[in-house]
This record gives sequence, structure tokens and C-alpha cells, in this order.
Amino acid sequence: MSAMELTRRRLIQYGATATGGLALGISLAGCEAEKAPLAKDGGKVGLYVRIEPDNRVIIGAPSTEMGQGINTSLPMMIAEELDVDWTQVAIEQMPLMIKKREDGEGYTWVHFPQGAGGSTSVMDGWPLLREAGARARQLIVAAAAARWKVPVAQCATNAGVISHAKSGRTLTYGEVAADAAKLPEPKDAPALKTRADYRILGKPTRNAQARAIVTGREVFGVDAEIPGMLHAVVLRAPKFDAQVEAVDDAAARAVKGVKHVVRLDGPKANEPYTRIVASGVAVVADTLWAAIKGREALKVTWSKSPWEKESTEATRAEMERLLKGRGQIVNNDGDFDSAIKAAARVVERVYEEPYVSHATMEPQNCIAHVREDGVDIIAPTQSPGYSNRLTSAITGIDRGKINLKLTRLGGGFGRRLEADYVAEAVMISKEIKEPVRVFWTREDDMAHDFYRPNGRHHMIMGVDAAGKVVAWKHRLATAGKNARREGVKPEEIWQADFYEIGYPAKLVANFQREYFLVQSGAPRRSWRAPGHTANAFAIQSFMDEAAHELGQDPLAFQLALIGAEDRDLPFPSAEETFNPSRLAGVLKLAAEKAGWDSPLSKGRGRGIAAHFTFTSYCAHVVEVTVGADGKLRVDRVVSAIDCGFAVNPLGVRAQVEGGINDALSVALGQEITIKDGAVVERNFDTYRMMRIADSAKTIEVHIVDSPRDPSGVGEPPVPPLAPALCNAIFAASGKRIRRLPIADQLRV
Amino acid sequence: MVVKLTVNGTPHNFDGDLDMPLLWFLREDLKLKGAKPGCLIAQCGACTVHIDGQAQRSCSVPVGSLENAKVETIESLSTDGTHPVQRAWIEEDVAQCGYCQTGQIMAVVALLKEKPSPSDDDIDAALSNICRCGTYFRIRKAVHRAVALMQEAQR
Repeated sequence: MSAMELTRRRLIQYGATATGGLALGISLAGCEAEKAPLAKDGGKVGLYVRIEPDNRVIIGAPSTEMGQGINTSLPMMIAEELDVDWTQVAIEQMPLMIKKREDGEGYTWVHFPQGAGGSTSVMDGWPLLREAGARARQLIVAAAAARWKVPVAQCATNAGVISHAKSGRTLTYGEVAADAAKLPEPKDAPALKTRADYRILGKPTRNAQARAIVTGREVFGVDAEIPGMLHAVVLRAPKFDAQVEAVDDAAARAVKGVKHVVRLDGPKANEPYTRIVASGVAVVADTLWAAIKGREALKVTWSKSPWEKESTEATRAEMERLLKGRGQIVNNDGDFDSAIKAAARVVERVYEEPYVSHATMEPQNCIAHVREDGVDIIAPTQSPGYSNRLTSAITGIDRGKINLKLTRLGGGFGRRLEADYVAEAVMISKEIKEPVRVFWTREDDMAHDFYRPNGRHHMIMGVDAAGKVVAWKHRLATAGKNARREGVKPEEIWQADFYEIGYPAKLVANFQREYFLVQSGAPRRSWRAPGHTANAFAIQSFMDEAAHELGQDPLAFQLALIGAEDRDLPFPSAEETFNPSRLAGVLKLAAEKAGWDSPLSKGRGRGIAAHFTFTSYCAHVVEVTVGADGKLRVDRVVSAIDCGFAVNPLGVRAQVEGGINDALSVALGQEITIKDGAVVERNFDTYRMMRIADSAKTIEVHIVDSPRDPSGVGEPPVPPLAPALCNAIFAASGKRIRRLPIADQLRV
Repeated sequence: MVVKLTVNGTPHNFDGDLDMPLLWFLREDLKLKGAKPGCLIAQCGACTVHIDGQAQRSCSVPVGSLENAKVETIESLSTDGTHPVQRAWIEEDVAQCGYCQTGQIMAVVALLKEKPSPSDDDIDAALSNICRCGTYFRIRKAVHRAVALMQEAQR
């Protein structure tokens, strides 16, 4: 066990299931376990592991699955230490479980942080879930030893069976589960396995819900129902921050099946998004189709938008203007001004990125039933805790009386960190006092997203006579991810767009970052690997351009800047640590596997880029062909990822392959444009999502064999793809892409 | 007017709004939820079903146009994932979020009826369903595996 685990004290809670098995839960360090009797839920929910008398093992999936694979990888941790066969295991989605804090300061998790964002679930689960499995195994073994009247040390386990070698006796876990439930808590914490003993962890393991998915049985948010549920669609403000002035609902109410029309007041100009994303009017009907028809008949008069004059072109011009002046200096190491004056060479470039939509395949939706004494919610959400808190704020009902059932998400990508669609359902249900599902059409979803922020990056690099980078300045103008987030001070908005650990901080002696906030009415928030994606495109394109300008090999130039120091750089206030040698490691591995130095035929080119995203390191080498007619084809992507121990190598590969194609889709064609204070693109006919024909033809993923604990993989593959792609395009064609998307600059 | 159609072999008489898309009839009336709403304008393919053997986007087919039509949904392939294309999807571990995959599978089942052994170019030309998770690399592998499974079954 690691030192961290030894210093933590966790509390376990266990007892008999309704059917005479063992149910066990474990609570986070420092949290008093909830004392609710097990009988209340029959051991059915809320506990990580249940062992039934028939030897079935049911493992709770605590976090929400949106394609990142945690409803496979987290249960694997429990199953490993429990020492059961993976084929014995069934996985159940746990609901949100919160409890009042001991200090009375609101609520906290009963077991586990159940939100999903920042690629943290595997890291959070690693100590806790393995211990949960080990604790359950410890009880099972103790029960078998007691039945046989032999010392625990003489008992061994394998695949859900306890054996006593001396006597040749065996028992299944299920046969002693009921006894185990009655045992007192063992005094000593169980030892955890070493990696050499793993039978499940580290082994390629398929998506545990695959069969349900391919048969159409898996329940996504939009598939869930509750009895008596009505259907709502909302007509939202056609322009940013416009308000409802008048509603003429006569025709809407005349549509057969329409039962209610409900006004929803949203944010006004520049107010934080505390509940919903836009003002609107909901049409509620007994069928979804009636609600859709009713909305078509609804007439609403809207106030003038304060953003009527906003357009993509105007914002772009404003960013350009801002960058001519002075902004907020947010990082300042050494003396950039003197160093740039003294530099032998100065390289300077500008890169631009558009607004991008999340476009989750499952549009936003939520079921809410606000009752007198509680609320029932079924939501596809990355933020169950926040959804619960928001529901309490809207209804005034105590958080403990709000039941939140989680479903699989048809994609998250950060969109479902927001709970505006939960708030809409709650507001409507509160008004009509009936259960209701709010459903967003694609047009609703695309016009009222929280977009990935736009940005214009002005990069300046100073190089000394020996070719060493001695000065670096990154100037960013953006609408800012957190500009309208409640509680964020104006001077702290930059922290969501630049990160303290932002390459090449601490690697270049004279380092400055300057931030400019541009005004915009378009809502914006987190989009898979938020600021990392924007920054990696600018930084890794710039490194490539500088290398070419200085006559150096891009890989060698980057490796020289990173250095080879195997140590964590000092970033006192950052939660994560950055180790330069690990970044160099993925670059070298990807380059070696791709044959970086091998020649390519005319019209083909190879580009490389790497980035450290939150907790893990990823590099891609992209090979492209640019035809004489300007047609782009992505022939091959070779990737290296260092995510510590790969809990599920098959899942890690899936995240890298998917991250590559996701980032490729964005780089090739995705752009949200704004005209007259509203989003222009409304659906996939105008918002260009990549199909299979344009996807990478070959992808090779290499996972660094690391002795470290696991870190995240959901986001790290995304940021380095666009720069590696654009660097490859330059190598193939001499054409440099400095503005995304690529669609209007090459044939894609 | 009553529209007579069969869904997965079961006859139905539909007497609702003839403009209503088939997708809502399947999902809301019949509770067959394998076909998913994605774009509702026949762009993404998450709602793909077979109508008289052809892959079609059920979000954009009004029920009123389906007199005597034979509709087959993902639920008709197999309930246990043993159809060769479903098996290939499981074995190649294709799904991430999984939302688009029922539509992808239905599009591939239709493709393999037309072209029992498609090349990568055939696959690229035939499949226009969107996968936001970017599982295309494994989709391509799974199509080839499905071909192999089908050929195996015929031997």
C-alpha cells in the first residue's frame, strides 16, 4: 500500500442483503459513514459490492458513464481485490448518494465523488475501490476460516472460491456471504495485491455494457420514463440574453394533447448562468410529438438582445484590437522584456480558434417530478451533486429529499457538467406539479450550448545564438470559459483558459502570459480538455513553426526545450504535478514507433505534437497526404500515452483512438459562428461533424509501461491532435494552418 | 385514416397524427428505444431502422407514409447480442458512449446485405452515421469481423 493509503482512515459499512448475501460499502476519508440501516435499501443500492448466495457478484458503478469506460474500469478495481472472476460480475449504476456533513455545512458524498470531469474518476477510485474489494474479501475469507475452524492465513481465494489447501475443502463466496455479513469488522486493514498478482487489472477488458448497447437495451437519459410523465419542449430566446415580453399561447394550447404553457425566466445580459441558459417558454403535452407541435404554434415576443450587434467577424476584429494593447499579465517568470531584446532571433505567430459546440449525440434531456415533500430526477449528467444542489435551490426542498437516478450518457464532453436542462425540468415540474421530461431537439442543443470558447493566440519566442529558447510570451484574447460563472472574480477568469501548469512554464526562464477578455453573449464552458485543447494547438503549432524557421528538427527542438529532468516541476498551487521527462518520453516513443526520421513520398508529411493534460501525457505523430488538388487525407496516427498504470489497456486505447477522431472532427470542420447576436449553425447539415470516410485510416496506440498509479485518459488524447495534424499538413504541402477549422483552407 | 404496418413482425394499426415521425411511434408508442433521436433531420443516423429491408432514418419518415410497410429495428436482430454484426461490435469493443451504435449497426446490417464483403472504400462510401466519440477505427474493424463471422456461419 502506498503511504497515502496508510494515512487515510476509511469506514466500512456492511451487512446482509435481503436475499441473505453480503453487501459492503466504504466511505471516503474523513467522512462519517451514514448510519442508515441496510434493511432500508435491502442492500440493493449504494454499496459497492454485493455477494449473493448463488455466488453472483454485483458491483456498483459510482460515477456516470459517458463513454469514458468507467463503468468497466472502476468495477474492475473492486473485482480484482475481491478476487472474483470478471465473468461473475454484474454492474449496476448507483444513484447519487449524498449525506449531511458532520459540521452541518451542507452535504457531502456518502461514498465517492460521483461527478465526471477532469479525467479524475480512475484516480479517485484507485485507492478507495480496491480497498472496498479487499475489505469484502477479508470478511469472506474470515467467514470461511471460521466455518472450517482454521486460521485465516491458511485460506486462499481465486475466482470467487475460497480454498483450504491442507484439507482440500472449498466454498464459494456466496456460500459464506451470509456469515460474513454478521462478522465484526476485522481490526487490521487488508493488504492490497501487488501488480504481479493482478488477474483483472491491467488486462484488456471489454466494455461491460456492450451487450446491452448493441441490443438497444441500455437505458440512456432519453430512454428513461416515470409513470404519468408529461413531455416538454422549450422555445428559448432566439438571441443571447433576450427576455420573454409577451406570450400568445392560444394556438399552442389548441394543439391536441397540450396541457400547459410555462414561462421560464433566464439570465439577463452578463449575469452568471445560475439556473438555465436562456429565457424561454415551455410547452407541456401528454406526448412528445404534441409538445413539439404545440411549440411550433407558440408565439412569443422577445425583448431586444443586448448582443444584437455581435458577429464572429466583429469579435475577431475586437480580439485583434485588444491584442494591440495591454492585457492582464497573469504569469511572469524572469524578465521577458529584457530577454526578448537580447535574443538573437525572435519568432512571432498568431493562431485562431472558433467557438465549438459539444454536440453530444444524445440531446439534453431530464425527467423531474417535484412533489410536496421531495423531488425525483432522472438525468444524464456529469454533475449529479450540482444537479441536486440546483434542484434544492429552485424548489426549496432539502437536498436529502431529492432522489437523483443516473443513467448512461449519450456523450458528455463537458456539456453535462452544466445542469441547465435539469433546472428547466425542475422549474416546469414545480409549476405544473406533475412529472415531466424536458427534451431538447438538436436545434435547441446547438443554439443553446455552453460553447468551447473562441481564442486568438499571439505567440512570441526569443532564441539565443545557440538556438536555445530564452524568452516566451503567450498572449490570449478569448471570451473566456468562466466569464459568467457565479463566484468567479473578474481578475480570476483567466485561470480557466490558461493553466498554472501550462507548457512551457518553468521550462523557459523568461516566461510571460497575458490575458485579454473579449465580450460575447454566447454561453461558454468546459469542452473536453478545456483550455488545454486551445493552448496545445497554438503552442505545439508554434513550436513546429519556430523549429522550421530556425532550421531545426521539430522533435529535437521540442526535446531540447523540455530537457530530460525526471522530477516534478514546482507549481505550488496546482493539484497535479508535471514531470518533463514523461512529456519527453511520450514524444520519443511516438516518434520511434512512427519512424519519425524515415522519408515519405511527395505529397505526404508527418507532424508531431505532445501535451500534458491534467494528469497524463500524450503525443501523436500524424501522417497525411495532401493531394495536388488540395485534398487532405489522414493516413496514420501513431500515439503514445503515459497515464501511469493502465487499468484497462483496451479502454485506454479506445479513449486515445476516439480522442484522435473527436479532435480531428473538430479541427477539420467544426465551427460555431455568430450573426446578429445568435448562433448561425443549428444542426448537422450546417455544423460539420466528421463521418467515417474522413477519419484516421490507421491508429496505433502505445501505452507507456509505468510503475506509477493510474491517471486519467478521457481528455489527454485530444489536445495534441490538431497541432500534430497541422504540422503534418505543413510537412506535406508547405501550407501552414493557423486558424481552425481547416475546411475552408484545404479540401477536407 | 388508419395505417397498417408491421414492426419486428408484429402488425400495428396506427390512427394518430400521420405526420408524426416513425421514430416517435417506435420509441413513445411501442417503447422500442433502440433507435435514438439525434438530429431529427436524417443527418446523424442514430435513429436508423430498416423499412422494407432498406436502412432509413426513422426521424424523417412520417408514419402516414408507411401503409403496409415492414419495419425492423435493432430489437429484431437479436435480444442477446448474437447477430453477427452485434457480436462483431462486442468483440471489437466498439462502443464508447454507445448512443449512436444501434444506428451504426442497423446501417451496417443493411450494407452487408448489399455488399457481403465490403472494402474500406465501400464502408466509407456507405456509412454516413455520426459517432461523436470517434469510434470509427473500431467500426471499420468490426464490419470486417462481422463479414468473417457471417462467412463462418455459412460454412
